[in-house]
Amino acid sequence: MSRIVSITLQNNDDARPIIEAIEADNPDATVNIYPAMVKIDCAGRLIVKQETVEEIIGREWDVQELHLSIVSLAGNVDEEDNYFELKWNF
Amino acid sequence: MSLEIKTNVIKPRRQTYDHIAKRLGADKAATRYQEGTWDLQPTENFHYRPTWDPSRALYDKSLTAIKMEDWYTFNDPRQLYYGTYTMARHKMMEAEESHFKFIDKSNMMATMSAPWQQKVKEFLLPLRHFEWGANMNNCDFSDKAYGTAISQVGLFSAMDRLAMAQIISRVGLLLDDNSGESLDQAKVDWMESDLWQGVRRMVEDSFVVKDWFELLIAQNLCMDGVVFPLFYQYFEEVGNQNGGAPMSMLNEFMQDWGKDEKRWLDHLLKVTAAESPENAALMSQWISTWTDRAIEAFTPIAGHVLGDEAANVMASIREEITKRSKKSGIEI
Repeated sequence: MSRIVSITLQNNDDARPIIEAIEADNPDATVNIYPAMVKIDCAGRLIVKQETVEEIIGREWDVQELHLSIVSLAGNVDEEDNYFELKWNF
Repeated sequence: MSLEIKTNVIKPRRQTYDHIAKRLGADKAATRYQEGTWDLQPTENFHYRPTWDPSRALYDKSLTAIKMEDWYTFNDPRQLYYGTYTMARHKMMEAEESHFKFIDKSNMMATMSAPWQQKVKEFLLPLRHFEWGANMNNCDFSDKAYGTAISQVGLFSAMDRLAMAQIISRVGLLLDDNSGESLDQAKVDWMESDLWQGVRRMVEDSFVVKDWFELLIAQNLCMDGVVFPLFYQYFEEVGNQNGGAPMSMLNEFMQDWGKDEKRWLDHLLKVTAAESPENAALMSQWISTWTDRAIEAFTPIAGHVLGDEAANVMASIREEITKRSKKSGIEI
C-alpha cells in the first residue's frame, strides 16, 4: 500500500471550490471536515488542477492562490503553472 | 500533570437557506453567488400593479416572447454578484487609470501622427453617445427582465457602459488638452455627420423596442458584436501603423470588457435556445434582423477608417456573429 499524502485547507469561501475540485480529480481522496478546516487524505498522490478549479469558480485562477488557503500539507510538492501535486518521492 | 487537548466538533444545523438547498438538491454549502442570486427576486404577494404602468406586473414574465420554465436556468458563468463585480471592475479600472497616468505623464499622445489623432477624434469620440445609448438599453432590459440572475448582469453591464463612455471622453480630453473642444465636435458629428446617422438611427430605434430579450440581442449581441471587434481590434491595427500605441493601451478596458460580455451572453443564448425550438426560432429572427442593421449602420465609419478593407472586415465580423449564434444552438 502506498503512503498517504494529505493537504489541509481552511474551510472558507475561497477554499471550498478548491476542495470540490480535489474531490472531483481524486476519486480516492477522503475528506475530513473539522471546525474551520478541511483535511484531505489520499493514498499515493493528490492533485489540484487549475482547469477544474477555474471551471468551478468561473474566473482565471492562479495555482499559487492555493497557498492562501493552505493550513498544512504532507508529501513532496510538484507545482507547475497548471497543477499542484503531492506525492512521496521514494 | 498531563494536558489533553480535545477538539469539539459542532455541526451547523444547516449549511444554507432552504430555497437554495432546494435548488442544490441537498443541504450543502452554497457559493456566495448562489445565495446572492437564486430566487432573490420576490414572486408572490403583490397586491397592486405598478401605478406607472398597470398593464404589467412589477416582475412580469410576459414582457418578452421568450418562454422559460425556470428563469434561473441561466447562471452567470463569471459568478458575479455585487461584491465580486465591484472587485473585478476595480481591478480593470485600476489598470486603465495607470495607463491614463502614464500616457499623460510621458505626453505619449503626441507620438501619434496628426492625421491619426484626427481620425481617432472622428471615429472614437462620437462612440461615447453610442455607449450612453447602450447604457439606456441595458438598464431597460435589467428593469424588465425576470429573475435576479438575468437582471443583475443587465445592470452590471449598464454601469460598465457609462464607464466606457467616460473612458472615451477622457481620451478626448487627452487629445484636446482638456479643452473639451473635441467632445463638442464629436457631439456635432454624432448629430450631423453622414458617417454616424445610420448608427444614431439604429440606437434611437432600439430605445423603443418593447421586448426586452429582443433588445438584449440587438444591443449586446448584434451592435456590440460589431463595435467591439471593429473599433478595438481592426481600427487599432490600422492605428498601430500610425503610432497608435497609446490608443492600444487605452483600449484595454474595452477589449477585456468585450471578452467578458461574450462569456455571459453566449451562455445565456445557449441556455435559452436549448429550452425550446420556439425560443431558438425567435432569437434567430431577431439576430438576423439586428445583425443586418448593425452591419449596415457601421459600414460608413468602417469605410472611413479602413478604406477598401472595410467590406472584408465587415464580412468577417458578420461571420463571427453567425458562428457565435450557431455555437449557442441558433441557426441564422
